[in-house]
Amino acid sequence: MDILDILLSATFWAAVIRIASPLIFATLGELICERAGVLNLGIEGIMVIGAFAGWMAVYLGTGLWAGVGVAMLAGMLFGLLHATLTVPFGLSQHVVGLGVTLLATATASFAYRLSLPEVTSPPKITPFQPWEIPVLSDIPLIGPALFSQTALTYLAFILVMIVSLILYRTPLGLALRAAGENPASVEAQGLSVTAIRMGAVIVGSGLMAIGGAFLTMSAFSSFFFEMVNGRGWICIALVVFGAWKPSKALLGALLFAGFDALQVRLQQTPMGAVVPYQVFLMVPYVLSILALILMSRRAEVPAALMVPFNKGER
Amino acid sequence: MAGREGAEVVLRLDGITKRFGPLVANDAISFDLKKGEVIALLGENGAGKTTLMNILFGHYTADAGSVEVFGQTLPPGHPRAALAAGVGMVHQHFTLADNMTVLENILLGTGSLLSARLNARAAKAKVQKLSADFGLSVHPDAKVGSLSVGERQRVEILKALYRDARILILDEPTAVLTPQETTALFETLRKAVALGLSIIFISHKLNEVMAISSRVLVLRHGRLVGEVATAETDRHRLAEMMVGAEITAPKLADRAPGAALMTLTGIRTAPRGNAPGLSGIDLTLRAGQIIGLAGVSGNGQSALADLIGGLEMPTGGTMVLHPEHSGDWSPRAALASGVARIPEDRHKTGTVADFTLTENAVLEAYENAPYSRKGWMDWSAAEGFAKKIIETYDVRCPGPEAAIRLLSGGNMQKLILGRALEAGPQIILANQPVRGLDIGAVTFVHNRLIAARDAGAAILLISEDLDEVMALSDLIHVIYEGHLSPAFPRGEKTPAELGVWMAGQGFEGGADAA
Repeated sequence: MDILDILLSATFWAAVIRIASPLIFATLGELICERAGVLNLGIEGIMVIGAFAGWMAVYLGTGLWAGVGVAMLAGMLFGLLHATLTVPFGLSQHVVGLGVTLLATATASFAYRLSLPEVTSPPKITPFQPWEIPVLSDIPLIGPALFSQTALTYLAFILVMIVSLILYRTPLGLALRAAGENPASVEAQGLSVTAIRMGAVIVGSGLMAIGGAFLTMSAFSSFFFEMVNGRGWICIALVVFGAWKPSKALLGALLFAGFDALQVRLQQTPMGAVVPYQVFLMVPYVLSILALILMSRRAEVPAALMVPFNKGER
Repeated sequence: MAGREGAEVVLRLDGITKRFGPLVANDAISFDLKKGEVIALLGENGAGKTTLMNILFGHYTADAGSVEVFGQTLPPGHPRAALAAGVGMVHQHFTLADNMTVLENILLGTGSLLSARLNARAAKAKVQKLSADFGLSVHPDAKVGSLSVGERQRVEILKALYRDARILILDEPTAVLTPQETTALFETLRKAVALGLSIIFISHKLNEVMAISSRVLVLRHGRLVGEVATAETDRHRLAEMMVGAEITAPKLADRAPGAALMTLTGIRTAPRGNAPGLSGIDLTLRAGQIIGLAGVSGNGQSALADLIGGLEMPTGGTMVLHPEHSGDWSPRAALASGVARIPEDRHKTGTVADFTLTENAVLEAYENAPYSRKGWMDWSAAEGFAKKIIETYDVRCPGPEAAIRLLSGGNMQKLILGRALEAGPQIILANQPVRGLDIGAVTFVHNRLIAARDAGAAILLISEDLDEVMALSDLIHVIYEGHLSPAFPRGEKTPAELGVWMAGQGFEGGADAA
């Protein structure tokens, strides 16, 4: 099997979409936070807590969508913590973000051990099943790749459009972007910078948690430690890659997922017998760094990103 | 005020008091604003003008007092309430988002945040109508970041008008404008008043206050010290009310210059960007002499300042210090040789904004005794030095431990001046030493510079303000495209004659001589 065969197979493209889905949720979440002026490094931990909470809820008997809701709420709770510390208290966003990641990851481990003390391998749930969209899923190559995914994947793609519309076509989006560009302009127009930024961080964290929940409830059917495995950090880079625009961030997520899906398949080619597998594992990251360098050179960073806003300060 | 006696009171401030720690920024201030009038709020930097307006607009909460707009008391601390009541504020530092368009900036926060769409088309039509009515031309779809300062200010005014403001507050609106832009702004304000708006114009520039206002309120040290009809006063009396003392123009007694302290011969530097480098400059700085450098900015002033300050190397010519300096020329060598610098931009190169006054005071001397010994800082010595500057130079501040960014420009400049002069320099490089300062601070800085000259320092005064150069200099040079004019003794040339030199006439061959 050579590269051309891989690129022409529907399973490859289906895998690209599947791998991209959690990245899309979490990247959108991070993008919303950063557009409002807050860097949320809690993303990695919030994805872990989302993965755990959604899976655990379903395991305890809720429906799948209720599980997604539980995951989102758990993420929003940690988002509230992050927002409280960084927005009204104006603490360092780096320190708070890493702290939230550590706390959320540890909370997930703790809750796991507490709720399943005598289990050696984590129980499985019945995850979201592929939902074949009539007619469209019959198109060769594209059909099985794009239109026989799970409902959560469709939601991810729809969310890109929704977030775009809100950011660029509503007064709320305008206020949110202004809070990230020059909070004083928001304040001068009689709006609350604190409320807008906190809202953005909380909602953004909710989306990150759904990204985590995708792993346990759609991609796999169980919860493992280390399953988020740096995806949160990738999403931070994807926001930069996407120049803080949802559509370009989607492109970045697909590109990264494409490299990732490709490297797994390349390992099975004759080349895989010669080249150490670590090289393949490295490929998506190296290519992402290169793409990041090329794409982000002229990006417009939100001017007030990571700048706390203190009302009344000169 | 005549003719407005019966006019409706649109705004009433009653007993506004605000303290920042031990500093009383506003002390029981009360006044009325009537429909269709322009009142000027006049005061030195740090007199409390901006604080007062921020209270009125709801950015700050007053410790005491109330604000009434159209008969309704405003809840303290809510800009939204002030906006809704018809108060619009144009801040000194613009509150615009650079990456967004003019229209987006104007629309921000005008409707409910939860409404489904931005009604951009209708908004654009309204903005264009307002632009035409008030003479505020600016393209609604342009990114704010691409606009000139004057255009940005128009956007700020449009923001207020778009929200149907009936009261406009302009905080130092002309500080950033060219004279032409100022004229256009005044046209706009006159149109606004004709349409029944009321305006509070904050400034410390007397000629503007005389030109635009009908009534003047004078603030000093947080207190309202005077209220006069503009027609019944003049610049001189206003200046005295503002400063609280009689203003005397600086006097330069004739004095024979002393020995040469620095001699530049045939100095050249590399051009930087669009600004020319120096080409063949001959200049001698002598003890007890102020040399004024007149010229339109961007003609090589920064190159000369950086050369003397040690930030730039000449590419040709010789530079001799007396007594001679050995080793490389650098900022450190300049300081060690007794060169003191008052930099052009006090925020960017003069101070570190988040450092305390103490830290800023020893920025140039921290590695010398008594501020450090054997590699350890002696902070009590440093603080003693800061306290001495604060006292001697009348720096108004919460204390030596305050961050310097909390200070007004004038007070920041006084600290820089004190830091430079207290080091006992032989040569003082004063680059735009009074830019943006009010009369009191200007007089203070000038008198200190003259005292330093009388004590035997050589001073190079670089300024775009010809009046300042003419009042303070023993010798005047004009700089044009990196060339230096001959030295003109004080009083030899009229401003008009110097203006001709500043426009580049009289230089042999102009820039081509390089």
